[in-house]
Amino acid sequence: MTAERTRIQESPGDKLFLGGVYTFLLLALVIVLYPLVYIVSASFSSPEAVASGEVWLFPVHFSLEGYKAVFGNSLILTGYANSLFYAATGTLISVTLTIMIAYPLSRKTFYGRGPLIFFVLFTMLFAGGLIPTYMVVKTLGLIDTRWALLLPNAILAYQVIIARTFFQSTVPDELVEASQLDGCSDIRFIGSVVLPLSKPIIAVLALMYAVGQWNAYFDALIYLKTQELYPLQLILRSILVLNNATPIDAEEMIRRQQIAELMKYSLIIVASIPVLVIYPFVQKYFVKGVLIGSVKG
Amino acid sequence: MDSAQATTTAAKQMKMNRSGRERRPLQKSLRLHWQLYLLVLLPIMYFVIFKYIPMFNSVLAFKEYNITKGIWGSPWVGFKYFELFFENPVAWTLIKNTLHISLYQLAVTFPVPILLALALNEIRNGRFKRTVQMVTYAPHFISTVVMVSIIMLFLSPRLGIVNTILNAFGMESVNFLGSSKLFSTVFVFSELWQTAGYSAIIFLAALAGIDPSLYEAAKVDGASRMQKIRHVDLPGILPAAVIVLILSVGNIMALGFEKIYLLQNPLNLETSEIIATYVYKMGLLNANYSFATAVGLLNSIVNLVLLVIVNAAARRVSDNSLW
Repeated sequence: MTAERTRIQESPGDKLFLGGVYTFLLLALVIVLYPLVYIVSASFSSPEAVASGEVWLFPVHFSLEGYKAVFGNSLILTGYANSLFYAATGTLISVTLTIMIAYPLSRKTFYGRGPLIFFVLFTMLFAGGLIPTYMVVKTLGLIDTRWALLLPNAILAYQVIIARTFFQSTVPDELVEASQLDGCSDIRFIGSVVLPLSKPIIAVLALMYAVGQWNAYFDALIYLKTQELYPLQLILRSILVLNNATPIDAEEMIRRQQIAELMKYSLIIVASIPVLVIYPFVQKYFVKGVLIGSVKG
Repeated sequence: MDSAQATTTAAKQMKMNRSGRERRPLQKSLRLHWQLYLLVLLPIMYFVIFKYIPMFNSVLAFKEYNITKGIWGSPWVGFKYFELFFENPVAWTLIKNTLHISLYQLAVTFPVPILLALALNEIRNGRFKRTVQMVTYAPHFISTVVMVSIIMLFLSPRLGIVNTILNAFGMESVNFLGSSKLFSTVFVFSELWQTAGYSAIIFLAALAGIDPSLYEAAKVDGASRMQKIRHVDLPGILPAAVIVLILSVGNIMALGFEKIYLLQNPLNLETSEIIATYVYKMGLLNANYSFATAVGLLNSIVNLVLLVIVNAAARRVSDNSLW
């Protein structure tokens, strides 16, 4: 309906303007998409083609050498397994803790709600900083343990706010009151009413925490020393950014350098696959997360 | 009949509850919601241990850290480390670099998502619109390490596709990451590439929330698309824009450590060393705990003050604010 009417009334000036809008968006699309396509194509090309700069859009001399190099590297595989563990465990811990505080904060009859919200929000305004936090982790004996990646950033204040806003708008006060009159305890109410109603927010929280955990490298950089505990991102850092790829052998040096270069593209793909595979299906949840978060409350 | 009665009873009970709560609110709430208090216990412990204790640990900035005596047993030294920082000429370079990169970033990454949202809002073609959204949101999910390695691969002076393209147009190769002049530009525009689409979501939502009758009125008045954007769309997204701006300004000093640290190399260090990376190097790599805490604390405080000022200004000027 609206589309029809708009089209009929389109003046020449508006048509020109709309043309400009389409050009702008097309340009944005190409600028964002091209690097992504290029990486995928390069990762499937031969080492020589990548090294000589022949690849510019489609794979040149299709090969899986880069992927062979990635999967032949035991460090990468360990890192991958570690990251899967950190993402799964960390998400479980984070989502549970976030809901444990967000739900009570959404109940009007919960005395002390105001100060407690401030207590959470204040951590977004002022942080103790790197060294003081490091000292706490050190005192607790968490340095160089898996806990160091799971606990220090387990709850994000922003996620608490998102979840609280969701509970406030989804679980009506009347329902809570009715359940109380029926003698239903808070815990039972959460289990049988709140959680079933909250699948969308649990999905949003889980995805945001999981992606955050999968992509993080900084905590691992400062807290971990043992290579067997390293998450994938830290291994990526040493291969991709610091260039500590393969020990260079004098004979096959050039060839190895080429493979090391090609492997970077394949590694980027392999490292991003868990997130990119789920991305199309969960995009709406991320959008939802941003939207709930943007509601002032 | 029954339900109506139940409701009245409920209402009565509620009234009683309310008067009861006024007398002894905490006891009442505790008796009624002891399970909820039990639930929040663990999260509260988390915030105390990992957020509040570090805040108190910041007193380290005013002490001479002694590993055997611990934070609280170490002797006070007052503002020694703050003075030490400002006496060092490097302090001003750090502040200058932090501010320069932050403000440059704000100037580029604040307006572009708004433009993108306005443009997306103009078109009716569902499939094209969805494709643009889907593709432009995607880079948001790329990790910092991968993002930095993409930047390095693309900008490599020898093999990078950017320089291959420059050469194809007859231009000379540029060593983007080896140049202290180009560092901030590389940082800011890669940031734009990664975040523009995702940041547009909030403005798209604001646009979707604009009262349709305003558009009808604009149409009746014969407004062009441009006029409609100026007089309906822009006022409609102003509140969201103000909030985003406040948050960005509040983050000026909290410039992301993670990406800059990975992009640093000896050639660009002159402009890429910022307060956060300096704190990390001084504190954790050189074990200069008190000094690094002082610099970090200074940074946090400036940040908080900035946020408060911007919030107050926004409230006065536009009625929109965080609190």
